[in-house]
Parts: sequence; structure tokens; C-alpha cells
Amino acid sequence: MMAQLPGLGQFRRDKSAAVIASIVMGIVLAALPFLIGSGLGNSWLRIVDFAMLYIMLALGLNIVVGFAGLLDLGYIAFYAVGAYLYALLASPQFGLHYPVWLIIPAGAALAGFFGALLGAPTLRLRGDYLAIVTLGFGEIVRIFLNNLNAPINITNGPQGISGIDPLHFGGVTLAKPISFLGFTIPSLHAYYYLFLGLALFIVFVTIRLENSRIGRAWVAIREDEIAAKACGINTRNIKLLAFTMGASFGGVAGGLFAGFQGFVSPESFNLMESIMVLCMVVLGGMGNIPGVILGGVMLTILPEIFRHGAGPVQLALFGKILLDPEALRMLLFGLALIVVMLYRPAGLWPSTTRRREFKGESTTDVLKEGE
Amino acid sequence: MSHSLLEARAIGKNFGGVTALRDVSLTIKQGEIYGLIGPNGAGKTTFFNVLTGLYHPDGGEIVFAGETLQASAPHKVAKRGIARTFQNIRLFANMTAMENVMVGRHARTHAGVLGAVLHDRRTVNEEAAIRQRAEELLHYVNIADRADDLARNLSYGDQRRLEIARALATEPKLLALDEPAAGMNGAETGDLRELIEGIRKDGITVLLIEHDVKLVMGLCDRVAVLDYGEKICEDIPSVVQNDPKVIEAYLGGSLA
Ligand SMILES: Nc1ncnc2c1ncn2[C@@H]1O[C@H](COP(=O)(O)OP(=O)(O)O)[C@@H](O)[C@H]1O
Ligand SMILES: [Mg+2]
Repeated sequence: MMAQLPGLGQFRRDKSAAVIASIVMGIVLAALPFLIGSGLGNSWLRIVDFAMLYIMLALGLNIVVGFAGLLDLGYIAFYAVGAYLYALLASPQFGLHYPVWLIIPAGAALAGFFGALLGAPTLRLRGDYLAIVTLGFGEIVRIFLNNLNAPINITNGPQGISGIDPLHFGGVTLAKPISFLGFTIPSLHAYYYLFLGLALFIVFVTIRLENSRIGRAWVAIREDEIAAKACGINTRNIKLLAFTMGASFGGVAGGLFAGFQGFVSPESFNLMESIMVLCMVVLGGMGNIPGVILGGVMLTILPEIFRHGAGPVQLALFGKILLDPEALRMLLFGLALIVVMLYRPAGLWPSTTRRREFKGESTTDVLKEGE
Repeated sequence: MSHSLLEARAIGKNFGGVTALRDVSLTIKQGEIYGLIGPNGAGKTTFFNVLTGLYHPDGGEIVFAGETLQASAPHKVAKRGIARTFQNIRLFANMTAMENVMVGRHARTHAGVLGAVLHDRRTVNEEAAIRQRAEELLHYVNIADRADDLARNLSYGDQRRLEIARALATEPKLLALDEPAAGMNGAETGDLRELIEGIRKDGITVLLIEHDVKLVMGLCDRVAVLDYGEKICEDIPSVVQNDPKVIEAYLGGSLA
């Protein structure tokens, strides 16, 4: 391997390339809702808004699964906690209408608390056992939400809570077009910019954490818990921190979801959703932030493409619809997952580390040697 | 080298019916290289595991630097100043050599989530210091050229060195090495010997489990011999070598 320090010229070129890339990226991201809105219509813009929420969820789960190596199948519960907190504090349900800037951080904090609550009893568990307990936790939260309508009605049970206040800041609500310096920003566009801003913030936090003492401790625990302890890492606290941080991202996304949708019900937080977010993390490239973002975008958009495409394509090919597009959508989706996992087992965009791991470039296998 | 750094008093450890350690007492003095030898299954690694808090002893107590260590969690033991390596190398396989050593700085650094996210001056300085110290240690154990390679891709000898560098990163008073020369060739063992001598010169006390009798006898100031979980001898190498009980333990071991 040629380990050569890049010359200063090379460094400058890299830096200006990065600046240009970020400017182009910024322009594309800023123009995206207008391109999609006018090109494909508002339903697709809604899907893109949802993709932003899923990116936040995937990045949160990535801290637990990708960094710390703790398999969590109940992650969607934290999304539910954030969503229901928003719904209860800003809807006619109790006649409460707290401001958004208060509820969203409160949702992050409460979800973080639930994260610690899930983490504490599962500290000694790993792998399959941890997966089963977290799966149970996710289901318990959903069932609670489903049943907390009697004897005292808190959540409205399976009917869910509707009439939730849209996201609003002061007198400005995102549910209506916003006039600004003579421009008019349509509602879905405004949501897009808000979600994009928060998603970028979460990306920023995740990158900072990854390259820190805490991030290294998470990965160390994933790699070898006993060695991590011997290095002075309080594995209990650091694992709890992973659960808490990951959950708080989910809480933020949940609050945004409730305000965006105007309606929440337990159905939105079932096991399938947890698995979907896990797929985003694994398919994109566990532990690698760009990969996880890619996973979030693809798994939000692909099923919709299948849903919208399945009908017309069948009509064009066979002149009639043979298979229900809804069923076909999941079929194609499953197929796509299998294909990716077969040909890119480390994910679509793995970190350099995991790519090497899966290619088995290792020259020595002493690390696998038994006791 | 006068006062004792570590005192183990009557340590006992059973696994079901197996007695891995029985009433093992030993004293390690500040600044010495102390050897712990014995046939396979004698209980050496078990002693390390008790010492570093991975196992709870069934009896006895350990006093380290004047304070009792008993029933401490492993991460607290590391903080107190005992670092170790493992008989079956335990590196963070998919982290780079550099990152492995940086993790070793965990116990001596403080940055939390807020610092990591906000990058305040203290955290930035601390992170730079962690990196610098890790670089120095990679140089110290002579694998600086592998800094950016994954630990799993290092050669066996380099992995052993990396594990030592990571242990040193915790700023130990006592460095416990579990068979560091296992699987090394003659030249590598010679280098290792120099490394251990250098570590002692830098003021760190060394506890060494080793099978290579020549290495132990040449390197250690004092040696204890374990057999079936009991200490059968403790003295300077030349005496231990000629002790009839020791000779029997080793002969018996090799005949069985
Ligand atoms: N975790 C464990 N569970 C059960 N038995 C163990 C365990 N660790 C060690 N032993 C037993 O304790 C005895 C001492 O083992 P060990 O300390 O590894 O010996 P050494 O390192 O001297 O070769 C052996 O009989 C071994 O089988
Ligand atoms: Mg051993």
C-alpha cells in the first residue's frame, strides 16, 4: 500500500471540490420540492417529506444497531412516543395547544427516557435475545396506545387522535401557503424545508458523535465488549447512552409526523415499521452515515414507485391488471431486498471498514480463534 | 523498588467442581517485572480475570496501590491503573490500529455528548491530545506505519504489539500481559523482550504470564509458579528454575 501524504495542492483541490459539491448539493436540495411539485405532483412531494422523517429514524436506529451493535426491533416505539406526545399536547383531545418549539424537544426527551427504560433491563442481552425483548417492547407500547382509552380515555384507543395542530411557529402555520417577501411557499414545500433542516441537524449531530470519544466507545462495544471494559469504558452507561440518543431522534421524527399528518393512531407504529427502519439501516450500509441516508430515501421511495408503477405497467403489457398493485408492491420490494443482500451483503453504501470485512480481506484470523 | 504495588491475599476461585485458584497470595513490588508461570490450566488466566474484575473471586482480597480492589467492575479497575492484554488477542477488529489505541484513552478523558456535538475548545483540545498520544504509542511499540490499517489485517506479532499500545494508553501503574509471546518467532520474541524492558524503565510495573521459559527467566525479577490453582513457588528465576516441585509440575504436566 502506498501511504503517501497528499501534497498541499492536492489538499486545496480536494477542499475546493468539496465546497463546490456542497454548493451544488445545496442548490439541488433547495430546488427539489419545486422540481418534484411541478414535475410529479404533490403526492410525490409528500413522499419526499416522509423520506426526510425516515432519514431521521434510520440515523437514530443506526446509533443503536450500526454503531453500538445492539439489535433493536422495537425502535418504532420511540417514534410513537414522540408522535403521541405531540398529539396529546396539541390537539382538541385535552384542549391543550402547546407551542411546537416546546413539544418537539419534550418528545425527544421523553423518547430518550423510554430509550433508557428499554436499555436498562436489556444491558446483558445481545443478538437474538436482545432482538426478542426489544420486539416485545415495541409491541407493548403499541398495545398500550391501543388500549389507553378506558377506564380513562387518554389516547382514544384504536381510533387514534385527530385534529392535531399542524406544525406552526407563532402565527405562521405550515398547513397553509406562507407568503414571504412577495413569494408564496406552498404548505408541502414549507414542511420539506423544515424537515430537511432538522434532518441535516441530525446528520450533523451523528457525524460529530461518530468522530468522538463516545462514538469510538460505541464501536468498541460492538467489536468486543470485554476488551472495551478493560479499556475503562463503562459499558452500561455507554450502551444506555446509545439507546437514549437513538430514541431521542425517533422522538423528534415522531413529533414532526404528528404535526404533519394531523392524525395519529396505533396502527402507524406496528412491527412492520420497525423492520422497515431496520431495513433502511442494513440495506443502506450499517454504521455508515451516507449509506443509512441512502437506505432511508430508497426504502421510502421504492415501494411508492412499485405502487404507482405496477398498475400502468401491467395494463401496458397485458392489457389488464393481473395482480393487485398493493400486493405486487410488497412482492417486488421483498425481491429487491433479497437481491441487494445477495450482491451487496454489506449494504448499498457500506463504510470502508465493513466493505473490507465482508470481502474477507483479512490476512490473519487470530481474532476468531477460540478460547 | 521497595514497597508493594499489588498484594493478592488468599485468592480462591472455583468453576463448578474445578478449583481454578486456591489460596493464592502474591505480592508485586513497584517497578519490577513479575512472572507468573505454570502448566496449561494452572489458573494463570483466571488470576488475571479476577485481578481485572472480570471474575468475582470466591475468597480473598486484592490490595492495589494501598486500596482494596475487591469486587470492582473491570472499567473501574482500568481507571485505578491496571491494564491488561488477553491470551486470545482481543482487539477491536474492524477499527484501525490508531482507533484501537484512541479507545484506550477513554478512561483518562472526559468528553461527553454535548462536548462531542458542540466542539467546545476543551473537547477539541482533548481530542487532539488523544490522537497525539495514540500516535506516540504506535511509534513506541513500533507499528506507526500500520496506523490506518484495520486491526484485523495486522500480522499476529503486530496485533500483540497493538494490544500492548492500547493497554498503555490507559496510563497503567501495572501492565498485565497474558502470554504476549505466544505464536511469535525468535526475532519477534527478542523485540518483545526489549519492549517490555523499556516499559519497565518508564516506571510501569509488569506482570507477565508466559510459557517461553527462557523469556521469563531472562526478563523477570521474580517468578511465581502456579500448579492446579496453587502457588507452589515464588522466588528469583535462578532459584525457581531449580526447585524440585517446579520441575515436577512441568514434567508431570508434559507427561500427562
Ligand atoms: N470461565 C470458565 N468456566 C469454567 N472453567 C474455567 C473458566 N475459566 C477457566 N476455567 C478452568 O479453570 C482452570 C484454569 O484455567 P486458566 O486460568 O485458563 O489456566 P491457564 O491460563 O493457567 O492455562 C482450567 O481448568 C479451566 O478449564
Ligand atoms: Mg491462560
